[in-house]
Amino acid sequence: MTRAATENARGVVVGRRPARVRLLWFGIAVAVVALLAFASVVIGSRDVSIADVVAAIGGSVDNTSEAAVAKRLPRTVLALVVGLALGLAGAVMQGVTRNPLADPGILGVNMGASLAIVVGIAWFGLSTATGYLWVATVGAGVAAVFVYAIGSLGRGGATPLKLALAGAATSAALASFVTAISLPRGDISGTVRSWLIGGVGGAGWTSIGQMAPFLAVGVLVSLLSARRLNSLALGDELATGLGERVAVTRAVAALGAVLLCGAATAIAGPIAFVGLVVPHACRLLVGVDHRWLLPFSGVVGAGLVVASDVLGRIVARPGEVDVGIITAILGAPVFIAIVRRRKVSSL
Amino acid sequence: MTATAPSLDAVIASVSRSKAVRARRRVVVISILAVLIMAVAAISLMIGNTVYSVTDVARVVLGQDVDGASFTVGRLRLPRMVLAIVVGLSFGIAGVTFQTMLRNPLASPDIIGISAGASAAAAFAIVVLGLSGTAVSVFAITAGLLVTLVIYVLSHQAGSAGTRLILIGIGIAAMLEAATQYVLSQAGQWELQAVLRWLTGSLNGASWEQTLPALIALLVLGPVLLSRRHDLDAMRLGEDAASALGVRIERTRLVVVIAAVGLIAFATAATGPIAFVAFLAGPIAARIVGPHGSLLVPAALVGALLVLSGDVVGQNVLNLRYPVGIVTGVLGAPYLVYLIIRTNRSGESL
Repeated sequence: MTRAATENARGVVVGRRPARVRLLWFGIAVAVVALLAFASVVIGSRDVSIADVVAAIGGSVDNTSEAAVAKRLPRTVLALVVGLALGLAGAVMQGVTRNPLADPGILGVNMGASLAIVVGIAWFGLSTATGYLWVATVGAGVAAVFVYAIGSLGRGGATPLKLALAGAATSAALASFVTAISLPRGDISGTVRSWLIGGVGGAGWTSIGQMAPFLAVGVLVSLLSARRLNSLALGDELATGLGERVAVTRAVAALGAVLLCGAATAIAGPIAFVGLVVPHACRLLVGVDHRWLLPFSGVVGAGLVVASDVLGRIVARPGEVDVGIITAILGAPVFIAIVRRRKVSSL
Repeated sequence: MTATAPSLDAVIASVSRSKAVRARRRVVVISILAVLIMAVAAISLMIGNTVYSVTDVARVVLGQDVDGASFTVGRLRLPRMVLAIVVGLSFGIAGVTFQTMLRNPLASPDIIGISAGASAAAAFAIVVLGLSGTAVSVFAITAGLLVTLVIYVLSHQAGSAGTRLILIGIGIAAMLEAATQYVLSQAGQWELQAVLRWLTGSLNGASWEQTLPALIALLVLGPVLLSRRHDLDAMRLGEDAASALGVRIERTRLVVVIAAVGLIAFATAATGPIAFVAFLAGPIAARIVGPHGSLLVPAALVGALLVLSGDVVGQNVLNLRYPVGIVTGVLGAPYLVYLIIRTNRSGESL
């Protein structure tokens, strides 16, 4: 039975996957993420034993190993939630824009959050995590609206190419303002630079706690718009014909995505390409139904960011490479592969 | 008959008349640009911490000894001015070459990753290998050529389309910027300042040793590009039309790409990637000169004017001294966005 179903699914490339196959993949993904999270706690410049891990999770910091684990725990949790947010946001954005190249990094949303935060640090003495969160979310939202508005001008609406170019141009523009503001200010350039690289190294429970409400709302809004995104995927005319209020759906779903990216960016800095790569991989495994795709993208995104963090600690031992750098180096080739595979006419 | 249809002679006369008008416009525009460059160059020699008179500056330039001015103008401001003009010309001509060849204003080297490649290599050379001077230039130039090759190979399939090349370039640039960020995160405080200045694009500390390689590259590669300008113009019509007009597409492209990347890389090695100059020079030149004729010379002049005046503004207008790359970046960024808006609105496919 299962086998026949799988073959059926293979026959139709983008068709429905049987529920059992999807459930299987979902289970595998959750298991892999759990494994990666465990690895993230265990691997580091200091080796720890299982007993230390268990003791540290229980709250004990009696020896160095347990203290190391206690430092790695919030970091792992942050990597998980940031990955979840970015993976989910990417899937929502690709659904909202019906655009395979949509990604908070490529569409300039991350840079919008970055510029807002840099302005806040430089001129308004921004320093609290809550402040970062609000400012980043507003910046991300403004950039998202701006890029979408530019990209959808003219004939044919928001084609993937126009959106990607508008995003890249806006990113370049915003980046030069970021440099202009931060370079002459020796006092803040260190803070700005380390934040801009994007990492989960400086994680603490408090910042995760402050980020949680933003994320919770973002996740909820995104997941609830899954069914509507399915109608959008049929095209605007058909969706309208089915009784969908297209503009409202877009706005609500995009709000969810912006909350997610804004919060993730505020705490971990701009991490590129997670939102691009993850939904593509997930679509291959569970199909195009957003009710499956969105949660699955969240889980796989969490896995990708944790894995990148662990990888960053392994390749540069005893130092580390920040997550944002690893994801860019892993993700850019995928972006290029997508661009290469598609026909120019559909770009 | 002759009353309804104009005679052949009349048609020829009107065509050659409009050609003459266009040619005159070109000459006027090019002369104005040249005069402006000279004026700004003179200003850049005169003003600064100490202001010198025209006669003092003229005497220094002619090789006479003037108390104080000989050092400030002759050793500090003169090489800086010459370097600004040389890199401006290089960025302008190379940028417009790419834009013309790929028939897309976004296809300039600072957007499709060539500058990002040179930057990453230079940052690596400065921070990790502890190099300086010419060795850094060699790294930047090699990386620029390599990145171009990679982008070209990746986008070359079934008639490489310009749009695909640009998107692939954007992806490569993202990756290289991540690499640069990593190198920066490893840098010590002193190197970090050097690298950051360099990455922003700055004429600070310009010397003749820095200027010479870029100048030689311009004198060698500039004429190569100019000699191909008619082929490039034909390629604006599309590859099929160009090859029908007798242009050998592949060979022209190879020669032109190598020359343009060489110019970009040498200029980048001297001053760092001065933001948006390569990108802006072409579209601005096209607006002033009009759509006919080759844009290479006007764009080169516009590039030189941008760098020179950007540096004068950055040095003198605000109480903080900004590197030229910041001035051109902040001015160029809105123009880039405006260009996208205009192209989208007019419904052209980019």
